[in-house]
Amino acid sequence: MSFVAAFNALPIPDLLRRAAEADASDVRRILASGPRTLPDFAALLSPAAAGHLETLCLKAQTVTQQRFGKVIRLFAPLYLSNECVNNCAYCGFSRDNGILRVTLSVDDVVREARALCDQGFRNILLVAGEHPKFVSNGYLRECIEAVHAFVPSISLEVGPMETADYVPLVHAGADGLVVYQETYDREIYARMHTAGPKRNFDWRLECPERAAAAGFRRLGIGALHGLADWRLEALATAAHAQYLLKHCWKSMLTLSIPRLRPCAGEFQPLTQLGDREFVQLIAAFRLLLPDVGIVLSTREPAALRNGLLPLGVTHASAGSHTEPGGYTGAGRDSIHQTVRGRIVELAAHSSEWAPIEGRATNATGQFDIADDRAPSEFADLIRSLGYEPVWKDWDSALSA
Amino acid sequence: MSSGPLTIAGRSFSSRLFLGTGKFPSPESMRDALAASGTQMVTVALRRADLTGSKDPYANILEFVDPSKYLLLPNTSGAMNAAEAVRLARLAVAAGLPKWVKLEIHPDPRFLLPDPIETLAAAEQLVKEGFVVLPYINADPVLAKRLEEVGTATVMPLGSPIGSHRGLQTRDQLRIIIEQATVPVVIDAGIGAPSHAAEAMELGADAVLVNTAIAVASDPNRMAGAFRQAVEAGRAAYEVGLGEVRDTASPTSPLTAFLN
Repeated sequence: MSFVAAFNALPIPDLLRRAAEADASDVRRILASGPRTLPDFAALLSPAAAGHLETLCLKAQTVTQQRFGKVIRLFAPLYLSNECVNNCAYCGFSRDNGILRVTLSVDDVVREARALCDQGFRNILLVAGEHPKFVSNGYLRECIEAVHAFVPSISLEVGPMETADYVPLVHAGADGLVVYQETYDREIYARMHTAGPKRNFDWRLECPERAAAAGFRRLGIGALHGLADWRLEALATAAHAQYLLKHCWKSMLTLSIPRLRPCAGEFQPLTQLGDREFVQLIAAFRLLLPDVGIVLSTREPAALRNGLLPLGVTHASAGSHTEPGGYTGAGRDSIHQTVRGRIVELAAHSSEWAPIEGRATNATGQFDIADDRAPSEFADLIRSLGYEPVWKDWDSALSA
Repeated sequence: MSSGPLTIAGRSFSSRLFLGTGKFPSPESMRDALAASGTQMVTVALRRADLTGSKDPYANILEFVDPSKYLLLPNTSGAMNAAEAVRLARLAVAAGLPKWVKLEIHPDPRFLLPDPIETLAAAEQLVKEGFVVLPYINADPVLAKRLEEVGTATVMPLGSPIGSHRGLQTRDQLRIIIEQATVPVVIDAGIGAPSHAAEAMELGADAVLVNTAIAVASDPNRMAGAFRQAVEAGRAAYEVGLGEVRDTASPTSPLTAFLN
């Protein structure tokens, strides 16, 4: 039995009704006792709970500080490749988008990782599109080994694999795995994912369990907001988290709450998660799941990030680039287009080679970031809020 | 009568309050709180520190703990099994840290409860290698005896889960551990208020270890001072001996006075 069976049995319509109909007295009672169940959590997502946002945030702050301390752990994504065999309506890397692609060589990856290391990062998330030809398991293992020689903590965000395929990656030094379900609404999932192995909803849903079985110590899950109703996504994510806490009890769990950003393909969000609701959601997650890390990325603008840091967030990225080679220009001479899995070289004098101001490479990013502050500037901001930016929270000896 | 300073592995400590270094809002505030607490033993998570000898400015927590003032007690937090804990402890020594280790093995990152089987195995190995081992354990009296037998310098049973501020939820088990112990008993984890620390000391604990309650206080310095006083008060009360707790009043003119 996996989470798929538990997910299929979730009484989503009942929970959504609860999220719609909970009244102020329900909310006050749950805030006083602390949410324990999914119906409690649903009530904290309600419009009635929005009227208690300040109380919700105060409680979330207290719980977070007690459990995690006055610290924010920093990490950065490092994109290895933007090749992909999937078509996902909302993603810039989609197979049929005519973007500029590249897969960094292992030396290029080391160059990028060294640049991040020089900025302070000791925790790096390696990200790649799903493409067995360009992003093979052997390639991933080589990248991990090379980076782990000088970076203590490495997580992966790559296409889902079998447990047996994850094991060598754990042995190579990866300690975390991030896999977002994107949407927990099966019907919308089917509409969004029109080609490639990602069409298999259940295979993806079971991925964190396979990763835990392979020995990953940290698991990251989440929904991409902007596809389905945010309350539905929140309820399913919370159920998923509760399941993983029980069944994968040796893994530290983190939640991300990414909201769709502009990207190649010009996809328009199908739903909205407004800023106030976003804050309400973070606080509600914190109260239901006091021990789960909450990740804040550079998808969100600076002012909002500043406000969110003391409200329940535990992990944040900074200075991120979503294009392979974005930190140093590594691989910029190898950019190309990919048609039906084959590389199509750019013409020698094509305008696509022309340097773009402020960018190290012309490879296409996954999405536009909204907070472009340098890591050091962001770290100073964290300090000014009375928190310590923590760069190293893991030692290689623990994942060797 | 005072029983004198606490001695662990031949080293004396006049303060019976040990401090952790996680969760502080800045390394400077941590340094100041250590000073205000009067502590002489400070534990640092090795996973936060630079063990490569490169003086990493992004992992410089050790630079804020003055080794001339404090015994620096490396801890193995993050280790999930004996092999990882032993590896970390060896690395710490190679990096020039004291050959003392607070052995923490919690495979469960949520409640951070210690694994008794792995802890015993690691303790045995590290003692053999000459480490002074201070194991963090659940309040299990039999495990405490087993650890003593393999040669640990203390036992460090928890009052309640790390960071929970719930105080001595394991009080009855702690009482047995203290009564039976032949090594110092340090109550670690769950101590959320100075009154909890005083209670632990009154119970006969040799020391307490506090972290979250000081680190996340709005004024860590004053809270460190409050814990210092509580530990001293509790210890003094223990040494003097508390009066018996009764269900009824005790008349100052005894009923049997006429017999004298």
